[in-house]
Amino acid sequence: MTTALPKKKPVATWALAYLYLAPALIFILVIFVYPVLNLIWRSLTQVTEGVTRWAGLESYRATLSDPVFWQALSNNLRLFLAVPILVVLSLIISSIIFEQIRGWRVYRTIVFIPYVLAIPVVAIVFNNVLQLHGVFNTFLSSIGLKSLTTDWLGTSRTAIWAIMFVVIWKELGFGVILFLARMSSISEELFDAAKLDGANWFQRLWNVTIPQIATVIEFYVVIELITMFSWVFAYILVMTKGGPGTSTWVMEFFIYEKAFPYSQMRIASAGAILVLFFASILMFFQARLRHRVEDING
Amino acid sequence: MAEQTSPGLPPPAPQSRLAILLNRWSQSAGKQAAMIFLMVLILFPLFFIFNNALKTRDQYNANQLSLASSPTLVNFGKIFQNPQLLTWFGNSLILTAGSVGLCTLISILAAYAFANMQFPGRDLLFNLITPLMVIPPIVMLIPLFVLFQIFRLINNLSSPILVYTGLMLPFTIFLLRNFFITIPREIREAALLDGCSSIQLLTKVYLPLSRPALVTSMVVNAVWVWNELLIALVFLQTEAQRTLIVGVAASMQKRYNLDIPLLMAGLAIVTIPMIVLYVVGQNALVRGLVAGFEK
Repeated sequence: MTTALPKKKPVATWALAYLYLAPALIFILVIFVYPVLNLIWRSLTQVTEGVTRWAGLESYRATLSDPVFWQALSNNLRLFLAVPILVVLSLIISSIIFEQIRGWRVYRTIVFIPYVLAIPVVAIVFNNVLQLHGVFNTFLSSIGLKSLTTDWLGTSRTAIWAIMFVVIWKELGFGVILFLARMSSISEELFDAAKLDGANWFQRLWNVTIPQIATVIEFYVVIELITMFSWVFAYILVMTKGGPGTSTWVMEFFIYEKAFPYSQMRIASAGAILVLFFASILMFFQARLRHRVEDING
Repeated sequence: MAEQTSPGLPPPAPQSRLAILLNRWSQSAGKQAAMIFLMVLILFPLFFIFNNALKTRDQYNANQLSLASSPTLVNFGKIFQNPQLLTWFGNSLILTAGSVGLCTLISILAAYAFANMQFPGRDLLFNLITPLMVIPPIVMLIPLFVLFQIFRLINNLSSPILVYTGLMLPFTIFLLRNFFITIPREIREAALLDGCSSIQLLTKVYLPLSRPALVTSMVVNAVWVWNELLIALVFLQTEAQRTLIVGVAASMQKRYNLDIPLLMAGLAIVTIPMIVLYVVGQNALVRGLVAGFEK
């Protein structure tokens, strides 16, 4: 279209830019913008016998007064407990690997494997492992803890925690790799200076490593909060289908169940908009962090 | 073993050399023990899948943990007799190749505009697009399902391809744009002085220089699409349109509920392509996930 050198007309340049952007913008309008507007519309109206009428905030009221909605939300909040666990474990593991202890390359390769496995695959295996007659209970009995054995995913008291364990198992490698990448950019001299000062392993972790990789830790925290809030559907569907009862419903499962098996589209829509609202709070933090990380990286 | 080779340690006073050596040894032994415990925990599910896939049902019921002493391929044989399996495999392949290809193409164009052109609204648009990667797909699912129903695209492989492409765009544009802006201005200006058009600049200069970022985004996206459950489940509801992951997770789990070794053989078949991809593309994958957070 243009063979001209730097002195192009500005209008031509930005028209060309939008030409390049057009396919992406069309996709984003169809896949993101249209659905959100449509959901807002659905959540504010009610369809009875083919007639659409304005319903105001009624769907939101119905959603917010549904105890299962609150149970779903509280399960997402329970899963947030996985985040500090993930951070601590990732920190310890990545700093051990970073010291290049014998076999560190093998450890680094293996630690990331869970990330490439499909959630349904992982979930099916743990379904078997955590059963009443599963391997985990066999292990517990063999070390004299038979009293603790239970059907981990089939008991409402333990099911959400068992799911949390599996999510941690799957997500840990990401933190380790993320922290390792950042650690490799810390100057060697900082560690040497700390050693000369007689700092032990935990002191070096606390006083050198953590402050140096703080932005990446924050980033990982936000990403994992988002994961616990918006990306756990597949675990729930394969491991418990929300059960026993409604004890493992999460927000995503609430939307799915209301939309498909129950066909209560307006409740599902109101739920989706509420999820979007919570996710946008997390999105806001993610965007702020990203800018800070970019600033630091130059 | 870093500690033994670090020469900078001051001689800590009266302790005997032996005590120091013992102390170091116990520290590194503790770390090794922790790491080995962790590795066992991480590898156990894979061991469970592949070991039990090689057993008969009786052998599995007798002991779920024992090594498959007389490995049998009977489970794999049964699965390959399922005429749907190849179809499912093909569907997954089409979805993965189709959506990753389309998404990469569209993202290249958009990222190029964001990185290399001046136009009103550029930064605003970019800052609006990138946080979209955080929105859970389930939010978009209902309206998209209804929309695709209107266009009669449910149970058509093209519908998940379009949805996956859209969902992967924010991440891919973000990744590629951040790579493109690292290409030095001088290279670009030299090409323009040589009379390159803007599309030639993209294809002859930017793309060859960006191969690592392109590989990374493609590997990351391929892993995601191959393993995706929700969209594949909702948009492809007939047996013949299923993806491998849905076919194995949903229908096989029901049908062979009590035949765990058979189920494990199914899981092994889903997992092997990802393990191969990981081994081949490990570096690219890791680079992509930490993109923008290395030095």
